[in-house]
Amino acid sequence: MTANADVIAAVQGKFPSATVRASADHPALNVPAAEAVAVLRFLRDEQGYDFLVDVTAIDWSEAQSPRFTVVWHLYARTRHVYVRVAANCADDRVPSMPTATGLWPAADWHERETFDLLGIRFEGHPDLRRILMWEGYPYHPLRKEFPLAGLPADLPDAAVAAETKTRLISAPMAGGPFVAVPGEPMSEAEPRAKDEAWNEKNEKPDA
Amino acid sequence: MATEHTFPDTAAKAAANLPKEFDPEKMSISMGPSHPSTHGVLRIQFELDGENVTKADPVLGYLHRGDEKIAENMTYNQFVPYTDRLDYLAPLANNAAYAHAVEQLAGLKVPPRVEAIRVVTSEMARISAHLMGLGAYGIDTGAWTVFMYCFTEREKLYTLFEKLTGARFTTSYSRIGGVSRDVSPEWLREADAFCDQFLPILDEILGLLSRNKIFLDRTVGIGVVSAEDAVAYGLSGPNLRGSGIPMDLRKDKPYWGYDQYDFDVPIGSKGDCYDRYLCRGEEMKQSVRIIKQAIAKFPPGDWYARDARRIFAPPKDKILTSMEELINNFMIVTEGPQMPAGEVYFEAENPKGLLGFYIVSKGGGVPWRLKIRSPSFCNLSILPKLCVGCLVSDVVSILGSLDFVMGESDR
Repeated sequence: MTANADVIAAVQGKFPSATVRASADHPALNVPAAEAVAVLRFLRDEQGYDFLVDVTAIDWSEAQSPRFTVVWHLYARTRHVYVRVAANCADDRVPSMPTATGLWPAADWHERETFDLLGIRFEGHPDLRRILMWEGYPYHPLRKEFPLAGLPADLPDAAVAAETKTRLISAPMAGGPFVAVPGEPMSEAEPRAKDEAWNEKNEKPDA
Repeated sequence: MATEHTFPDTAAKAAANLPKEFDPEKMSISMGPSHPSTHGVLRIQFELDGENVTKADPVLGYLHRGDEKIAENMTYNQFVPYTDRLDYLAPLANNAAYAHAVEQLAGLKVPPRVEAIRVVTSEMARISAHLMGLGAYGIDTGAWTVFMYCFTEREKLYTLFEKLTGARFTTSYSRIGGVSRDVSPEWLREADAFCDQFLPILDEILGLLSRNKIFLDRTVGIGVVSAEDAVAYGLSGPNLRGSGIPMDLRKDKPYWGYDQYDFDVPIGSKGDCYDRYLCRGEEMKQSVRIIKQAIAKFPPGDWYARDARRIFAPPKDKILTSMEELINNFMIVTEGPQMPAGEVYFEAENPKGLLGFYIVSKGGGVPWRLKIRSPSFCNLSILPKLCVGCLVSDVVSILGSLDFVMGESDR
């Protein structure tokens, strides 16, 4: 545990605004968004955390502010320890964060994915396109208000859409993944009671 | 390590700055999403100058199922089968990695027997995944025979998996706090016997390629990843070790008692396709060593954690005979395993690389956020750099040597 305290003390010595983040395993830090890249650079160059493991973000739901937190996981290859760095996005409607692509090219795709699924705009990213969903998809599906069944949208290819005259429609939850959110009355928790657009009783809607 | 990385990288910039007379008309061509050498549904949008690749843009997402969204909408136990479908060539290893991540969150320690079971099954999954990668790589580079040999061996492993888990492919074997059923002594004997007969066959398989002139021409010096690049792009697994970085979490941060076993971490010297192939071949031999050691001193005891009463469903015979256990089982199924609030990140050294799970819990039976760090996704991210300057036929060789699985990359 001493090594854990060391890295937190070292970062706090250089960046007094960094605070300890609650964590069940690795040392973790909360930093202001403006200093995030500087902290990451400090960790990489002076603390030996030279391996960017992961970049992701958390949506704390619409009701909360700050709503989005970006999380980086770094690994020190020589000391075999991890550190977690988290920064809140200032704006809840158009969340943004400075990019770490200048420190690790690995951040490129991770940030594209985070932008794609959660809509975090990484400022200074050279090529911030969607990566898992297609270009032109209107939603960020990992946001909490996005329903599990999906939302209607246009097909990616306009020519195909014109030829087939179809759109994407929400998935039928009755035959979809069996998901039941605990803690609710079972009649409401059952997947059939959720945002189901069509099943054996309601006909599949016309696109 | 005070390097600055700029985009586009220097190679791409140099290509862009060529004088006009050296800049003939480029061809834009799409490889995949259904192309035999893209091993699944990867699509790469190429810009070609004759046979030379001047730009490569991987297009992912054809197999995106929204696993992370699904995870937020179901209990921890219900998500185990979804982990089968990440790296579907090594489901046993995925199940165990996910279960371990959730156990970290719960602060649960599993008995030594569970750890040994996880080590043996994960290493068997590693062998079967590498056999698949090796066989497919043989086909990519024009050697059919290797594929048949590899599949014969892989089939023996799948028979063992079926005996143990009831399924050949989607095993869903590990549970949070244990495994779905105990291993039998006969099964261990059969696994041990497989290892004994496998080693000479593996040497024979590798002998078909290692000094094969055609194979050497297709792989040596092709797709060279420098050690710096491998780290900077977040490569992991044999792709990272092929570049000479001796990073293996089984050695560096031993989990499941990997520190009790004696094994070596093979690394490459040049970081080309051939080194990555050699690393995989050697890793299979090391996996055999680990399996044999684990079976030789297989710990007795429980095959699930007894203190995981609110997490691990009780055995079936107890559910049917004891009211207490029936109620407990009902609570686990309807409410989900009760987890404390908190955050954990755990990654395991899987066949393809570091498979990580970042779990954010607000308490209760459902994760608030579950992020899957997929090794294939990170390994593919170096493609735009690696393909520039290669011939199209080299790309086939590079893709095979990276040995990715799209189910894991796209999630």
